[in-house]
Amino acid sequence: MTATAEKPAEAGAIPSMTVTLKILRFDPDGLDGREAGTEYWEEFTVEAHATDRVLDALHKIKWEQDGSLAFRRSCAHGVCGSDAMRINARNRLACKTLLKDLNPAKPIMVEPIKGLPVEKDLIVDMEPFFASYREIMPFLMTTGTAPERERLQSPEDRARFDDTTKCILCAACTTSCPVFWTDGQYFGPQAIVGAHRFIFDSRDEGEWDRLEILNDKAGVWKCRTAFNCTEACPRGIEVTKAISEVKHALNTGEI
Amino acid sequence: MTTEHEFDVVIVGAGGAGMRAALESSQRAKTAVITKLYPTRSHTGAAQGGMAAALSNVEDDNAEWHTFDTVKGGDYLVDQDAAEILCKEAVDAVLDLEKMGLPFNRTPEGKVDQRRFGGHTRNHGEAAVRRACYAADRTGHMILQTLYQQCIKQEVEFFNEFYVLDLILDGDPQAAGDDGEVAAAGVVAYQLSTGEVHTFRAKSVIFATGGAGKVFKTTSNAHTLTGDGMGIALRAGIPLEDMEFFQFHPTGLAGLGILLSEAARGEGGILRNSEGERFMERYAPTIKDLAPRDMVARAMANEVREGRGCGPNKDYVLLDLTHLEPSHIDEKLPDITEFARTYLGVEPYTEPVPVFPTAHYAMGGIPTNVQGEVLRDNTHVVKGLYAAGECACVSVHGANRLGTNSLLDINVFGRRAGIAAAEYANATDVTPELPADASARVEALVAQLRETVGGDGTERVAQIRKELQETMDRNVQVFRTSDSLAEAHGVVKELQERYKNVAIHDRGTRFNTDLLEAIELGFLLELSEVVIAGAEGRKESRGGHYREDFPTRDDENYMQHTMAYKRADGTVDLDWKPVVVTKYQPMERKY
Ligand SMILES: Cc1cc2nc3c(=O)[nH]c(=O)nc-3n(C[C@H](O)[C@H](O)[C@H](O)COP(=O)(O)OP(=O)(O)OC[C@H]3O[C@@H](n4cnc5c(N)ncnc54)[C@H](O)[C@@H]3O)c2cc1C
Ligand code: SF4
Ligand code: FES
Repeated sequence: MTATAEKPAEAGAIPSMTVTLKILRFDPDGLDGREAGTEYWEEFTVEAHATDRVLDALHKIKWEQDGSLAFRRSCAHGVCGSDAMRINARNRLACKTLLKDLNPAKPIMVEPIKGLPVEKDLIVDMEPFFASYREIMPFLMTTGTAPERERLQSPEDRARFDDTTKCILCAACTTSCPVFWTDGQYFGPQAIVGAHRFIFDSRDEGEWDRLEILNDKAGVWKCRTAFNCTEACPRGIEVTKAISEVKHALNTGEI
Repeated sequence: MTTEHEFDVVIVGAGGAGMRAALESSQRAKTAVITKLYPTRSHTGAAQGGMAAALSNVEDDNAEWHTFDTVKGGDYLVDQDAAEILCKEAVDAVLDLEKMGLPFNRTPEGKVDQRRFGGHTRNHGEAAVRRACYAADRTGHMILQTLYQQCIKQEVEFFNEFYVLDLILDGDPQAAGDDGEVAAAGVVAYQLSTGEVHTFRAKSVIFATGGAGKVFKTTSNAHTLTGDGMGIALRAGIPLEDMEFFQFHPTGLAGLGILLSEAARGEGGILRNSEGERFMERYAPTIKDLAPRDMVARAMANEVREGRGCGPNKDYVLLDLTHLEPSHIDEKLPDITEFARTYLGVEPYTEPVPVFPTAHYAMGGIPTNVQGEVLRDNTHVVKGLYAAGECACVSVHGANRLGTNSLLDINVFGRRAGIAAAEYANATDVTPELPADASARVEALVAQLRETVGGDGTERVAQIRKELQETMDRNVQVFRTSDSLAEAHGVVKELQERYKNVAIHDRGTRFNTDLLEAIELGFLLELSEVVIAGAEGRKESRGGHYREDFPTRDDENYMQHTMAYKRADGTVDLDWKPVVVTKYQPMERKY
């Protein structure tokens, strides 16, 4: 018995099409006569189905045409956060963007996310991003001795911070933020999302430590409410709302 | 150029098992975690439905019932001493995670909420029981995030995007015999960002490298689940246990394999064939759609085979959630319903979702005892070497894992391995010396592949991988016969030959993922052969392994684990290891 990987649900009904991808590449090694560090656009054409993901198209290129094309990916269904990239000038996960949702008449423009150092092709250095996350102390802080059983939390209290628990650390939000691009100091929206997840958790007692960090010059006040982050988030997290809740807590002293 | 490191404990893998181990080990000994992915990219984050523990928060339950279900669900191939530990330590495993901050769903009183899952029952099969602790359908995501957050708090040292490719032992485990001793000395890793090779000298090594779903084509597993840890152990002379037992999860999105958690059925979802019939009533009259996965997957495949499949090719069945309240779906199953919308364009509120079995979980793996120590034969351990999580086989899942028992397994046995490895390291005075040529095998492998760029190799990695996965799906999936297995065996052997002639295309040193895909394919080719050899050797049907030519379970001959050894000449030999039975004598498995 075989599964049906070859012919998805409406086999036959799914039109196959030719798509062109224009990819912004970066060569760290200096191969084929290029200088190390050369940035250049390269166009590839592949046969694909409308229901294919951009990630499938990238794999086709890598597996059939140019093995040196470099990008990160793992889960292929939007839960691991590996493959945020700029697709047609918008930050998205390549594995969650279907070709049919992009205009097939034009080349699909694929670039690395902006504001983090590019390492090779679509791969950027994520370390500065994770460093900001670590800085907001993203772990439950409590005092006193732990209870024997679980800490109690009402469903309503649990719902209070549900949205920000969904974050997969993909960096789509942070690298879509104009302030982050230009201001070398700003933590970026994800760090605020990460802090929000604990600040509004009724079990946590470290909220004021975190709020103090966010009150800092690199923190929440740099946000100019551009909404790019909310639009970019592949998990549908209302990033701007989370940021404004943090601002409100700082302004009013209430959580 | 090789960089050398020295630690007390080296953990390979930063999924749930690796990070749970690291939290214990790093408190006790100098610990490094080496991982080919950033920790939060690990596939534990994809787990959806829940983690089992008899908390009795919503109805009466106990560890003994859980143990019984685990043994029965595993079709009596479970080592019962290990299952007792798993189920007894489950309660603390969940409470520990809660105390670390994991945002479980809550009952109205504020306790951790629990829901039903396949094969988990009250009082030895009377009715389904609510045992799965969960956070919507993102339980694995929450576990992975929470463990990572705790690792940040404890300042665990990570080597991210380092691929471990070799294990160094101080002797040949197959030559040590009854009186000899073999110990771990370290691992060799390839750094993705630079192409540099590193050696890690250590007193203890823990493998926590996850599954190997990419031996199949239709799978719920990530692209990166290529069985590296299992493959490395096999090459080092360590046997692999029960590799023929692979779980096919009933509800993968048709054509894609992306998982829709069993929680969908736990919350009331129903499987239907082309006649609209709830066919599971025929196969498992008592618990119907919540029968164990192997039974449901075979039932689905059988419906399709007998012409009651749906769609233009009649090659899938339907998962019906349309009778559930949309608000209930949004609250309990938000992610998986979004997968159906995103990838199939189906609205689960109003339309049933096309599903078909998808390769999901490796019950087998690197054999260990209940402390996580790796066995080099039926009884002897390799000193200082541990394994935990999906890459290991303790064996708590036997022939078929129950849903929610793996997130439990990685926490219970990850913790145990972390403690044992650190204690062993602390009791060992000197770190074993690495031989001068420790990195030679990896250097040679990398150099040899690099030389294929622009050379006359005619084979492509992706093409060989595709043919491998296709033959595995066609011949080694839910139904197997001696003919299908022989065909797959032949194809794999041929692909192994062709692999020698493979050429890669990236000549660079930085982020050369082309090179690594070639190396990962090497593991897949070797592991597939072990899966097939085990399936050929086991002339019975049990749990996830179903032989149409031997359709019944044969307790007389096969209450035994398979132990597959790779010999120096490359052949795979099978041996057998008796199942540990404490309380539960094998019975017919009816639901
Ligand atoms: C879609 C899906 C849903 C699931 N849902 C559930 C559920 O609801 N309940 C349940 O109990 N179980 C579930 N499972 C099963 C369970 O999630 C997994 O079995 C479990 O998470 C595996 O954890 P792990 O730590 O062993 O491996 P992983 O989380 O896969 O981690 C493997 C780690 O090893 C590293 N690694 C691999 N190779 C190398 C190498 N060569 N060098 C260095 N590092 C390496 C990787 O970087 C990664 O960090 C699900 C599985 C899937 C696929
Ligand atoms: S908030 Fe959204 S966009 Fe930002 S890192 Fe998290 S998941 Fe990605
Ligand atoms: S590959 Fe995991 S999010 Fe896209």
